[in-house]
Formats: sequence, structure tokens, C-alpha cells
Amino acid sequence: MSDASVGHLVEQRLDATHGVVLYLDGISVSFDGFKALNALSLAIDAGELRCVIGPNGAGKTTMMDVITGKTRPDAGTAFFGQAIDLSRLTEAEIAQAGIGRKFQKPTIFEQHSVFENLELAMKADKRVRSTLFARLDSEARDRIAAMIERVGLAGAADRVAGLLSHGQKQWLEIGMLLMQEPRLLLLDEPVAGMSDHETERTAELFLTLAGRHSLVVVEHDMAFIASIARKVTVLNEGSVLAEGPLEAVQNDPRVIEVYLGR
Amino acid sequence: MTRLYGSRGWIALAAFSAALLIVVPLLALAVPAGNPFHLSEYWVSLAGKFLCYAIVALAMDLVWGYAGILSLGHGLFFALGGYAMGMYLMRQIGLDGVYHRPLPDFMVFLDWKAYPWYWSFTDHFLYAAALVVLVPGLLAFVFGWFAFRSRIKGVYFSIITQALTYAAMLLFFRNETGFGGNNGFTDFKRILGFPIATLDMRVVLYALSAAALLGTLLLGRWLVTSKFGRVLAAIRDAEQRVMFCGYDTGHYKLFVWTLSAVLCGIAGALYVPQVGIINPSEMSPANSIEVAIWVAVGGRGTLAGAVIGAALVNGAKSFFTQEFPDIWLYFLGLLFILVTLFMPRGVMGLLGRRKAA
Repeated sequence: MSDASVGHLVEQRLDATHGVVLYLDGISVSFDGFKALNALSLAIDAGELRCVIGPNGAGKTTMMDVITGKTRPDAGTAFFGQAIDLSRLTEAEIAQAGIGRKFQKPTIFEQHSVFENLELAMKADKRVRSTLFARLDSEARDRIAAMIERVGLAGAADRVAGLLSHGQKQWLEIGMLLMQEPRLLLLDEPVAGMSDHETERTAELFLTLAGRHSLVVVEHDMAFIASIARKVTVLNEGSVLAEGPLEAVQNDPRVIEVYLGR
Repeated sequence: MTRLYGSRGWIALAAFSAALLIVVPLLALAVPAGNPFHLSEYWVSLAGKFLCYAIVALAMDLVWGYAGILSLGHGLFFALGGYAMGMYLMRQIGLDGVYHRPLPDFMVFLDWKAYPWYWSFTDHFLYAAALVVLVPGLLAFVFGWFAFRSRIKGVYFSIITQALTYAAMLLFFRNETGFGGNNGFTDFKRILGFPIATLDMRVVLYALSAAALLGTLLLGRWLVTSKFGRVLAAIRDAEQRVMFCGYDTGHYKLFVWTLSAVLCGIAGALYVPQVGIINPSEMSPANSIEVAIWVAVGGRGTLAGAVIGAALVNGAKSFFTQEFPDIWLYFLGLLFILVTLFMPRGVMGLLGRRKAA
């Protein structure tokens, strides 16, 4: 829906030569006077796994909204790699550029089968005309089958997604993200509602994904954070309160004051 | 969802096609009048009218049942297609009107000396046929472009479509608009030079409607079983997720919305020569709401359900308005309440349940 030249921007390969895949600088967003984000600055390195924590209302979800184009910042810049200005792209263009997002509440296509969910998410030419005449080749089928296996849904390919358990839905949504082959994954409370075993397996999965993908994980489950965290960012009142290794952040008196101590 | 129409579905479709395209024309043309199995002009036209309604119901099912866009203004596109064809039929009257002038009677009555500019070329059938597709298509495209770009959805979208058809109705009611005011167009004499009120012509128009309905059904089936159809249904169920998968959902909605309007226009163009009249009441909000009821009764998102719903509700309407004209609206209201409460998936939902049991 934006001008056609943006399309070229999306087509070109992500330029992460300086090692930074996502760069937020001075982002502010306010809703009716409430500052959801207040001059937030954040940089995510290529291949990094970053955990973001913070009390409710700290701006975690708004930050994801800004990155994925759902909310436009009032001030500040958001760049994907060196060249892609996220504030100029629509949600769909940002997704095509290589940013995948998992919602807090699992959002899948409940009336489609597991297979169809992954088919629709799979990286492809997603314009109307190509979709009208799209055919699945055997290579694509194999990739979908492999992903079904990978997210622990073997045997459920034809199951209607709405009938899956909560944890399975979370996994299916993660599978859908991976089918998009994103460079950057934004994961909003990915283990909410998962059993301990599922949580453990999710941690393993994320650790294998880091390196090839960059991940930003928002979670409240500190045990889960501890099992995957390398670098942690603490948000409070719309800006970064502290950043560093988990242990340093956990011992930071300001962090204890606003978040962990409660 | 991809398994819509198994072999049983295809057999049902073949039987339906045979009944439409062979049995009805045979009963009308080969069985002599007086035989109890003979179909008169009246019945052939009535059947043809139902087929046109079924096309509208299919068009509605594509946008509502699959893409989740409830239009309460589809009667407008139907009427516009009908008016485009009506202009051609008015020109075909020639000098045979009441006033025996080269202008339609209503223009003579208004003391107009010449056709307004927008009537130019409407004496050419192909031009009128192009208008049938282009006018509803363009209007839907422009309306949809703004609506979907502004991300208007749900009940807001429905209300705006309702307002759109209402505004158009008021416009067409005005004599100065140049479309015959509240009387609209009627008293058609011929089409392509052939007299229009003969059994033969009725059967031809009926058969064209049947072919159009079957074509729409096949086109619809192809659309909804393609990846495009799966994207549409996904938009209906979780539009944000579709956007974050990289699909520009506005383009998808605009495509199916415009296609749906064009199908309605074609249905309207086939309808007008068969019923012999088109007037602004076709644009009344109630007409468009009725279309939604047909689809709800048959079962949303099933295609076949739309056809069944259109036939059932209109069959009931024909019966009631002849036998018990006073209670028809009560019946319609009751039907909608009962379907909403007890048959959320319509007739097709009942059929599916029986099959499963």
C-alpha cells in the first residue's frame, strides 16, 4: 500500500555488515498523553539472543509493535540492518524483509490444518497473483513436513489447528515464524502456558536458532530467561533501565527496585 | 478446507448442472403446453430469477463466508449491472414506446430533447455488456481501495456499505438522474432485435443464467481451494497474523471484493430482461440484508450453501407472498433468528452433521 519503490528496498538483501541487525534510536510513542516508549534506544547484533524483561506497562509489547510496523513512533528511528527504515514500511513489507513476530496469545489459523498453517507462513511470493496460481512442489512439502517434525507435531499435519493444546499452538506459531525464514524473531512470552517439559524444549530450540537468526525474547518466566539468557535488557517506563549479562542485571539495585524485588 | 467437494460433491454438481441445463429447457420447449409437466414462461422466468439470486449469494459468500467481510450493500452492485443492461433494453424499444419517440417515455415525459451524455453508445450491446462489468467493478474497487486502506472492518464496514446503497437508491429515485426515477426501466420489447417476451427467449435467458451460475460456482471453487482461498479464510480468522506472515491483506480483500461486485453486476444484467423491470427498490437496504440471510441460511463459507440458501429463502418468499402476503416479513425475521440460534452453520452444517453421525 505504500509506494512501489519500497518494494525494491525489501527485495535487496539485508545489509548487516556492521554486525547490527536491529537498531532503535530515541523511539518515543505516546497514547493519549501516556508515554508508552520514552526515547528508547536498543541495538540487536546479528545472531544474538536477547532477552527483554520489565514490569507490566514497561513498553515491551509497544516496542514490538513499533518494530513490526503496527504502531508508528512519534519520534526516533528504527532501522533493520543498515538500509531498511522500518518506519516507512507496512506490516507485510516488514515481514517480507525478514522480521517474524510471535504474539503473546498464540495466534494461528484455527480453522486451517497444521500443514496449511505452515504452508501459508512459508517464505514465498505473497502477492495476490502469485498466490492465486501457487502450487506446492515436493521440495516445499518436504520442508513443511520437516518443520512439523521439528516443532513436535509429527502425525498432526492434518489436524485442525484449533484443536491443538495451548503448548502445541505456541509451537505451531513458532514453526510458522521459522517457515518465513526471518533474520530476526520477536517472541512475546513464548513459553506462557507451556508445561515444564515443553518449556525446556523451547529453550533448547531457541539456543539452536541463535547464531543463524537473531532473537528478541520477552518473558516473565525468570527460570526460562536464566536457561537461555546471554544478554538481558530491562525496560521500565518506556526506556532501557539496565542492560548486560543476567547476573549483573539481577544484582542491579535499580532493577530490583522496579521489577525483581516485587 | 482443501477437500471441499470430494467425488460426491462433483456428482452432485453434475446432477445439478444436468437438471438446470437439460431438464428445465426440455420441460419448457419439448413438452407441449397443457401437459402437467410443461413449464410455462412464468416458471422459466421464475427459475431464471432464482439462478440470478444464487449468483449474488455466491458472490456474497466469497466476501463474507471466506474473507469475513459482511457487505450489506451487495444489492447496489446487482442493481447497477441491471441498470446497465436496462439502458440497452430501453434503447431497443426504439419508436415502440407510448409516445412513439426516439427517446424513452420517461425522458419524453420530462420534456428532454436528447439523451444525456452517459447514455451514449448504450444502444450497442457490447458496450452495455462492458458497463455491466465495469460500473459495479470500478465502484467496488474505488470504495474498497479507500475502505481497506483505512482498515475499516467489521460492523463499521457493513454500515458504510448499507449507507452506500441507500444513498444510491435516493439518487436513482430522482427523475433528474436520468434513469427513470422511481419507475425505473420497464416495458422492454426486444433484445438483440429478438422479441423478449417469448418462451424461446425466456429459455435462452434462463440457460444463460444457469451457465453463469455454474461458471461462478466453478470459479468460486477454484478460488477457495487455491492458496488464495486459504489466505482469505486466514484473513477472516486472524488478519494480523496474515499481515505478519508478509501478506498485504488489503490487496487480497480488494481483489475478492471487486470480483464479488462484478459477479453481482452480471447477475443483475441477466435478471433484468427476465423480470422485465429494474427500479431503485433493488437498491433498498432491505434487499441487501436479504442476501446476507440467504447465505446464512445455506451456510457460510461453503459455496453450495449459498446456492441452496438463495433457492430456499426465495422459494419460501414466492410461496408466502402469494399465499400469505401479510406474514412474509415475520417469517423472514423468524427464519433469521432460528438460523442464528440453532443452525449457525446453516443447511450445510446440518448436512455435514448427518454425514458425520
